Amino acid sequence: MKLTSEHRDDGLIVRVEASRIDAAAAVQFKDSMRRIVDGAPARVVLDLSQVDFMDSSGLGAIVGVMKLVCAKRRLELAGLTANVRKVFRITRIDTVITIHSTASEAFDGLKHAS
Amino acid sequence: MRPDAPYADPDIPENEARPTSECCLHLAIPGSMQAVRGALAQVVRTLALQGVADEQRGTVELVLAEVMNNISKHAYAGACGRIELDIARDGDDLSFSVVDDGRPMPCGVLPRGCAAELDCAVEDLPEGGFGWRLIRELTRDLVYLRIGERNHLAFRIPARA
Repeated sequence: MKLTSEHRDDGLIVRVEASRIDAAAAVQFKDSMRRIVDGAPARVVLDLSQVDFMDSSGLGAIVGVMKLVCAKRRLELAGLTANVRKVFRITRIDTVITIHSTASEAFDGLKHAS
Repeated sequence: MRPDAPYADPDIPENEARPTSECCLHLAIPGSMQAVRGALAQVVRTLALQGVADEQRGTVELVLAEVMNNISKHAYAGACGRIELDIARDGDDLSFSVVDDGRPMPCGVLPRGCAAELDCAVEDLPEGGFGWRLIRELTRDLVYLRIGERNHLAFRIPARA
């Protein structure tokens, strides 16, 4: 699974360049994220706008990454497609993680707020 | 498969078709996660041809991913095995039958799929147990039977919004 990252202000945008985070991809996704967030700034925004399918294994991997970074950093999400949003809503994980409509908005919004 | 000739599929003998429902798809696949991926793609293509909308296709793909990956991970637990999937159009619903030869459900019953306990510190959040929550939320008439050495799971998903 290809992940690309881009530094932005105080944070890092990580883009998932794949259409699925499913049971067959979840372990690899978590491993790749672990490498990327090691040494990342305090705020990591995961851009999921290209992901049109995520199952409970993919969701578990994202929660795993949240737990992995929580001591020093904060994981936020952006760009959830309709199918992915449904998974977060039903499991109520959308209540324990910040979700932005787009990755750019995650940073622009912060500027306006300050 | 041509949507106007659902009985033309050579895998489905005509005498297996129920008179009140329209046979939609029959698949038999190895119980591996890669094979599940391929089967999901085929299901989504077939439902698109039959006019099932994006949102309902997304729901079907998610539920079948959960059901079949559970079989792969738990019923077969990495061993070889076969998953049989039948989808039929029944009025406004799609009805599903999934059969495998793996281990039975623990205690012979389906997991309850309760909402996860999230009122805790981030480091204590659960990383699993979401699958049955999704299946139960997105399906109706969910029935599990152990018949002989086989697991039978049946459920329905609305084909329309």
